[in-house]
Amino acid sequence: MAHIIIGGGVVGLSIAYGLLKKGKNVVVLDGADDDFRASRGNFGLIWIQGKGEKAPHYAMWSRQSANLWSAFAKDLLAETGVDVAYQNAGGVDYFTDDNVLETRALSLANLAEQLDDDYPFEILDHSRLKAIVPEIGPKVVGGIYSPMDGHVNPLFLLRALSIAVRNAGGKIKTSARVVSVTACDRDFSALLADGTRIEGDALVLAAGLGSVELAETLGFDAPIRPQQGQVLITEKLPHFLKYPSGTIRQVNEGGVQIGASKREAGANDSEDIATSASLAQHAIDIFPHLEQVKLVRSWAALRIMSPDGYPIYQRSQSARGASFVTCHSGITLAAAHARLMPDWILERNSAPDISQFSESRFHV
Amino acid sequence: MNDQFDIIVIGAGPAGISAALEADHHGASVCLLDEQASAGGQIYRNVSQSTPARTKVLGSDYLKGEQLVRDLRNSGVVHRTGVTVWKVGQDGTIAYSKEEFATQIKGRHVIIANGATERSTPLPGWTKPGAMTVGAAQILMKSAGIVPTNAVLIGSGPLLYLVAQQLVTAGAPPKALVETQTKTDLLRATRHLVPALKGWKQLAKGLQLIAAIRMAGVPRFTGATNIAIHGDEKVDRVSFEANGKNHSIQVTSALLHQGVVPNTQITRSIGLKHIYSGQQHCFHPVTDLFGQSSNIVFSIAGDGAGIGGAKVAALSGKISALNAVCQIGKIPKSKCETLAAPILKKRSAELAIRPFLDAAYPPPADVLRPADETIICRCEEVTAGNIRRFASLGCKGPNQAKSFGRPGMGPCQGRYCGLTVTQILAQETKQSHDVVGAYRIRAPLKPITLKELASLETPKEPETVK
Amino acid sequence: MFKLMEGEDAQGSFTFLFEGQPISATPGMSVAAALLAADVSIFRQTPVSQSARGPFCMMGACYDCLVYVDGMNVQACMTKARDGMKVTRVPVINEDIET
Repeated sequence: MAHIIIGGGVVGLSIAYGLLKKGKNVVVLDGADDDFRASRGNFGLIWIQGKGEKAPHYAMWSRQSANLWSAFAKDLLAETGVDVAYQNAGGVDYFTDDNVLETRALSLANLAEQLDDDYPFEILDHSRLKAIVPEIGPKVVGGIYSPMDGHVNPLFLLRALSIAVRNAGGKIKTSARVVSVTACDRDFSALLADGTRIEGDALVLAAGLGSVELAETLGFDAPIRPQQGQVLITEKLPHFLKYPSGTIRQVNEGGVQIGASKREAGANDSEDIATSASLAQHAIDIFPHLEQVKLVRSWAALRIMSPDGYPIYQRSQSARGASFVTCHSGITLAAAHARLMPDWILERNSAPDISQFSESRFHV
Repeated sequence: MNDQFDIIVIGAGPAGISAALEADHHGASVCLLDEQASAGGQIYRNVSQSTPARTKVLGSDYLKGEQLVRDLRNSGVVHRTGVTVWKVGQDGTIAYSKEEFATQIKGRHVIIANGATERSTPLPGWTKPGAMTVGAAQILMKSAGIVPTNAVLIGSGPLLYLVAQQLVTAGAPPKALVETQTKTDLLRATRHLVPALKGWKQLAKGLQLIAAIRMAGVPRFTGATNIAIHGDEKVDRVSFEANGKNHSIQVTSALLHQGVVPNTQITRSIGLKHIYSGQQHCFHPVTDLFGQSSNIVFSIAGDGAGIGGAKVAALSGKISALNAVCQIGKIPKSKCETLAAPILKKRSAELAIRPFLDAAYPPPADVLRPADETIICRCEEVTAGNIRRFASLGCKGPNQAKSFGRPGMGPCQGRYCGLTVTQILAQETKQSHDVVGAYRIRAPLKPITLKELASLETPKEPETVK
Repeated sequence: MFKLMEGEDAQGSFTFLFEGQPISATPGMSVAAALLAADVSIFRQTPVSQSARGPFCMMGACYDCLVYVDGMNVQACMTKARDGMKVTRVPVINEDIET
């Protein structure tokens, strides 16, 4: 019998890949070409600084994943021939406002204290920042460098995972929209839109926003909502930007990607001019030479947000063998989902303690 | 928002100019946006600045555009030239840039008349400098008065003969015509001849062109297959098979053509309904008889709604404009119908030859099913084999193909590879073209600078009109 | 190779610079047409494989004729040649940043 993974994005495939490594059979059910797909629209950061400022367990979990990333990327290359362009030279967040920089610096210091100072970062004023990133403009008051941060080509990652899962004997069914699920104790059956049924003895619900409609049958609350993020990408430029930031990075092909807008727009993934104009202005404020550079594409995608913004990892109380996995940082957490999560899904003793990410935290 | 118009027309070819003139005639405020420096579209490109030498080469059909451009100049239409439209909102708001200045305007109704592009012709070596479209060679004649001195024309369709004959007249006869259509294509097409005879004038013109090409001693090869373009860095030779023999011709220009297909970038970006035409091997937006699209704010006129040629485009422009001015209350429905009836009749007569042309000059297998090693996405250099591999990885639609291997992610935004990617995925996954679908098109429709985009963050001074 | 069509004259011609070399153009000519007429057929190298490219569609659709005009990436076929303008090739992007 197989593990049914509902969701063929980075989260679902990372878990499928991990389960295959543990010797399990998996069948991944992936939706339609034009579904909302965070895995095709995300920014590609493996980002730590600033994450979990009020939740050290989330900061730790993200960091644990970041530490596993280098080996994860190597495995994927060896198994699939796809270089996911993983880079871990660290990241820099840029600030154009002294107060914002100060607030962030205090919050990071506070977090570092809670984590026994195992949380490296460095505050750089304009001139020190300019020494390592000469292209910054006069509006940049300073930045925070952290060696914990990195980035990756998220589309290559999606492709690599898809190949790795197949190579390891996993099945991926595409255009396989799940209409309904029936769940008895360790006995699951997913009904697809084309009428076929997929049976399994365990199930992972990792369908992003699509999880909501299947959650109730499986005994999950799935309190998640879409949050729109827009991204711009420029023409390809000679490489000038070594460090990614939370809002600007140069991708391996040469384009400069600008992003991180947050808009509560419901299930709407259309880009709008007001948002993209402010992203463009932000990029020019940081790097004035980008003014003349051509924007090639923009897009909007939907983050999957829980009420507190952290992942939800929940085992079903009513349908034994079913788990729910959702997060908005599927790239950063991909390594943890592939390497640590399977033991939790398989309810093994070696499972990581991720109980703080259960849905019960929203019940208080 | 800088200004508002009753009707905005995008594209100043025969469809767009006719639409703008008709709407203006009925008292609507009209803004005509066009990317070129002067009106005419590609068919009448630069017609108002033509020289005697060019006029002699390009012929009387080209000169017909002069009157249209003159009428536009004497009308009340606000004609904005050199304008790059980069976003069209579902409510009729249009963002465009002109001379690095971005602005937004809004129309109560928008007529999209952005015409066609030449069908992509993915052949081995088609990305080498010296390989260009037949249409490109004609644009060079119209806009610059220059001609390729050492060219071969490859492909099929009426434009191939027209340009070959124009090159002969211009004193630069091509070295050969390498035609992909077969005798079977022509025989199959003859069953459309009875309705096409209504279009006998066009057929007669075609035969005259072929006679002129023959008179000039330009060799013609038909049923050509295995066409490849060679050269170290740039084109120096073309090879192909015809009549059971291998041929090789030394050239510096390889001019490619396989007919034209609707330019659906704008219509896709608004999310309008499209449908695949098996007869024309391409997608076109779904419209009613009046060019009304699936969104009430938008009509589509001319080749952008389905290939019909210049005369049909001009008639469609008028029809769309009548529908649009009726919709915004400038004329009553009854008047719209009365005025449109004779134009609709004329249009269906002009369309009579289409089934014959579509059947006689179909895109060949080389182009519809490119060899694995042939590049199909020119920008990101993705091959047909790449797409087939993505299909074998379970990729059923072009958007996933895009995320797997970057086709359609370069600056042309899928204009040249989109249709081919859909066609290959349809073949590989045995789904219909409509089920496979097309790339999701997003802003900017054409690259703009970050500065232009950023300028829309705060309200700007209104642009001076005209 | 391109030439002026029979009967066409180069009246009112002017020059601009491409990679520092003077290129002659007639009024109304695009940068792409002028370069082709001056026997420049290779306009740029692609960022993906550094292979040579030149104008393909001449109507602003294919983006193969990209050049820099005064430091900005533009389509040569959509840009009118102007007296004294400075046109250069787009910078070559050699390879991916090392990983």
